[in-house]
Amino acid sequence: MADKTAYWKANIRLVINCLIVWFVVSYGAGILFVDALNKIRVGGYQLGFWFAQQGSIYIFVVLIFYYAARMNALDRRYNVQEE
Amino acid sequence: MSLQMMTYLVVGATFLLYIVIAIKSRATTTGEFYVAGKGVNPVLNGMATGADWMSAASFISMAGMIAFSGYDASVFLMGWTGGYCLLAMLLAPYLRKYGKFTVPEFIGDRYYSQTARIVAVVCLIVASLTYVIGQMKGIGVAFSRFLELPFEVGLVIGMAIVFVYAVMGGMKGITYTQIAQYCVLIFAYTVPAVFISLQLTSNPLPQLGLGSTLSDGGGYLLERLDQTLLDLGFGEYTERKGSMINIFLYTLSLMIGTAGLPHVITRFFTVPRVRDARSSAGWALVFIAILYTTAPAVGAMAFYNFTKTIEPAKGEYLVYEQRPQWFRNWEKTGLLQFEDKNDDGRITYVKGDANEMVKVDQDIMVLANPEIARLPNWVIALVAAGGIAAALSTAAGLLLAISSAISHDLLKGVIAPGINDKTEMLAGRVAMAGAIILAGYLGLNPPGFAAQVVALAFGLAASSIFPALMMGIFSKRVNNIGAVCGMLAGLSVTLIYIFWFKGWFFVKGTEMAANIPANWFFGVSPEAFGAIGALINFAVALTISRVTAAPPREIQNLIDDIRVPN
Repeated sequence: MADKTAYWKANIRLVINCLIVWFVVSYGAGILFVDALNKIRVGGYQLGFWFAQQGSIYIFVVLIFYYAARMNALDRRYNVQEE
Repeated sequence: MSLQMMTYLVVGATFLLYIVIAIKSRATTTGEFYVAGKGVNPVLNGMATGADWMSAASFISMAGMIAFSGYDASVFLMGWTGGYCLLAMLLAPYLRKYGKFTVPEFIGDRYYSQTARIVAVVCLIVASLTYVIGQMKGIGVAFSRFLELPFEVGLVIGMAIVFVYAVMGGMKGITYTQIAQYCVLIFAYTVPAVFISLQLTSNPLPQLGLGSTLSDGGGYLLERLDQTLLDLGFGEYTERKGSMINIFLYTLSLMIGTAGLPHVITRFFTVPRVRDARSSAGWALVFIAILYTTAPAVGAMAFYNFTKTIEPAKGEYLVYEQRPQWFRNWEKTGLLQFEDKNDDGRITYVKGDANEMVKVDQDIMVLANPEIARLPNWVIALVAAGGIAAALSTAAGLLLAISSAISHDLLKGVIAPGINDKTEMLAGRVAMAGAIILAGYLGLNPPGFAAQVVALAFGLAASSIFPALMMGIFSKRVNNIGAVCGMLAGLSVTLIYIFWFKGWFFVKGTEMAANIPANWFFGVSPEAFGAIGALINFAVALTISRVTAAPPREIQNLIDDIRVPN
């Protein structure tokens, strides 16, 4: 039982960390700070515009696979994995 | 071979493929009918989710909206992808562990309340039905243009095909058909995009082409677009036009709504294990991202080509009589209209009263794009097949969600618990038929652009279903009364806000106030209001639960159980 509580706590911590990244790349870089980031150019892209229409999506994909891998590791560490 | 012949051939071949698959994997048990027997490989489920998810709105309308709104359309790009992070981390694995058939079933069990289950059914049906209208319109547009039938006839043919295909298949048939449909639609979307990107920028990857320089030496594509739009009297392409708070909340509403749409959630009930549900959400987003990162390039390039056709050199407009064939084709559908206001025989395209392009429907951007770029006929035929695949796959998923809510949750769960498997499946099929007819009727009288209609469904899913599911997993304290009041509060506030500006039940003329930013509450548009509805839902549910009795012991055990995979 104590193990399961610790497992849940570790899970919540991981989710919060992932959602911070999720928030920063979309709402942060793509919306709130878009005007400031647009002053930086990468090729023909203004950086804020790139985050809003391209970058945030790539990072979302990486984020889910990172989350899945870390959760699988947590499952094994707390011995709650499926067989 | 003529374009029309080619289109009949390509579209016909894809239909044949779907029907063969649907017959081969016909559902025989309720487990197969609702969740494909829980035996779908996570990567394939990701692919099916991609097709389920990417609708007529994604395929047909999104690039058009990006073309005409530029940066502001980012709300759709981020909103309709970022929701998968919420789905993967907050809902999918836990609901898979719970391991039953429908979303309302979980809500009913977790909140030990038939009322909660019925409220969830109502939310699900309203959201899914609103969403399916957009698919009907998309099918109608694709048919009417490419098979040269009137819009209404196209819509009825579309309904008939969805009927055959969804009623027969159940989730098992739908899953394998959706995998085929994903392949058709992604091929159809990316092939023209690669061609056009090569033509304009010499870069075969549209994602990079969008940030590249034009091959004709005119500098960066995006800079040129900014300049073209300024010359026409519109705002810059890459500049923000809407209010920041509205863009923020609109994105949030679409993300929460995405994670709360039952037809998507149900897809994660079909994989074998909890860990598969997590990775499958990642795969789904990979398959979705291929289209979603291409769409901004398609939108920008289509718009660039479009303005270039009408205004080949600065200040020198196209002579109307010399308009290209695609222009004539689209005029026939009524989606493109010209009116020679100054009688000079040329097409003036500017912002304001002098504009002579009196109608440019955003939806034609993707469909007309290959013609505008003078791509070969087979590419154009492929785009028609892709658009229809996108609409059909999403419609099937939505209709399954509606019919299982009626047959499994209402009939088996509430009204007649004693019925057997066979009767339950028959009821599901009858419900599906009814939903198709209703959606078809609403498709003939749509309340706006395909994608805008869809956006309303998100508001509803965000304000009612997502908060109930999330609190059901992450809080042991939220109880039956809290959840029901929360859902009702979120849903009703959101619905009233939408109807206030769009007319009661979308009936034109019954609006309480004009749908313009000056009238909106803090400048929040009706489409962006779902996030506020969700906040109200959370606040009401948490407050009421705090002052009423905690959930019983066995519910606490259920929550403990779904929180661990084994």
